[in-house]
Amino acid sequence: MMESLEQIKSRIESAVAGAKIDIVPNASPSQQSSLLIDNEHAREIAKFLRDDPALRFDFCSNATGVDWLDRVVTKKVKVKKIIEGAEKEVEETQQETILGYLEAVYHLYSITQKHGPVIIRMRTADRAAEARLPSLTPIWRSAEFQEREIFDLYGIRFDGHPDMRRILMWDEFKDYPMRKDYREPDDYEYEPTPHDDVLEKAKQHYAPRPQLDGAENITAQK
Amino acid sequence: MSDIDEGLRSELQRQGIWVTSMQELYNWGRKNSIWPLQFGLACCAIEMIATAASRYDIARFGGEVFRPSPRQADLMIVAGTVTKKMAPQIVRLYNQMPDPKYVISMGACAISGGPFKQGYNVLKGIDRYIPVDVYIPGCPPRPEALLHAFMELQRKIDEQKLTGPRKAEHLDPDQPSEFPVPAFGAHDLEPAANADVFQPMKIERNQ
Repeated sequence: MMESLEQIKSRIESAVAGAKIDIVPNASPSQQSSLLIDNEHAREIAKFLRDDPALRFDFCSNATGVDWLDRVVTKKVKVKKIIEGAEKEVEETQQETILGYLEAVYHLYSITQKHGPVIIRMRTADRAAEARLPSLTPIWRSAEFQEREIFDLYGIRFDGHPDMRRILMWDEFKDYPMRKDYREPDDYEYEPTPHDDVLEKAKQHYAPRPQLDGAENITAQK
Repeated sequence: MSDIDEGLRSELQRQGIWVTSMQELYNWGRKNSIWPLQFGLACCAIEMIATAASRYDIARFGGEVFRPSPRQADLMIVAGTVTKKMAPQIVRLYNQMPDPKYVISMGACAISGGPFKQGYNVLKGIDRYIPVDVYIPGCPPRPEALLHAFMELQRKIDEQKLTGPRKAEHLDPDQPSEFPVPAFGAHDLEPAANADVFQPMKIERNQ
């Protein structure tokens, strides 16, 4: 039986001096909460997770990225106000803007202890093109290609990675296609039955009238 | 050969005289010895391998051996998804094949990009850069479909003229046998299509 995340968190904090760790809750049915580790101590924390005899996370099965855009969170806060001369507690909705950032997520398992997964996350400061995170490839060799893929598709540069190049797209490519604000080249071509996103694209190039003339009446000509 | 009356020819054949022409002999030899280039791109390649193996056995129809070098091949079977990263290499392989050369575009992806058509990383059909002789729809097409396409190609080769104004493209020095290799650009391949080979379809509506 693996320790709980709270236990792992407190053990890391006592083992790695100055480490800052938050537990990111996950309310979905999977209940897979994760540890948000600070970038400065990331490699020491990772080394602890790998080498601690009770944890022994010797297998990094997956590393991936997440793109978080700027978002507004509405919260209900109780505020004290003076209404008609008397102080009262009133509920107010406040809006808070959270600036966007990029995230790298690692899923760790232990082959020797037969437990897992523990999920760790790291966050960049912002969504800039030169966003940086420390590489965990020196700890788990299996992260090498996956960190390259994160760099290729999300644009996070990993410091300390032995070979930080694009892996799927060509080297001359400038965009990061998995970012939510990525727009692919405008090379839409005719489709007989466009729908959803493709329909939106089609509308920019011609006016589809499926209810009027049906897909079979739109003929394509060379 | 088309000048000779078919009735006369069969009458002569009955008498033990076989009349043919240079063109017919030449095309007969070519169409029954087509050497495909050995490369596959995705799941269509598995069907292509099945077609070449003993059960379907493309060699029965003159498909012969798959060659590992473009210098020894006269048929390119584009079997599978052509990613934009792979497209320049395919065009380069095509350019390295000696004339006469033919292309079969196998499966939905090689024809149009298939299910990946609206993606950012897949070419919307190999006919944007090189001329295609036979298209096979399917996802992936069964080996029978590839055999059918192969026989369609044989029919096409059989009908090629050696002389005259409508002679085969590879005998016309004005026709290109190599096509420009697209370059990797900052956002897409450059150019996105070869305008000499490919024009996107235009929509015409019935009012």
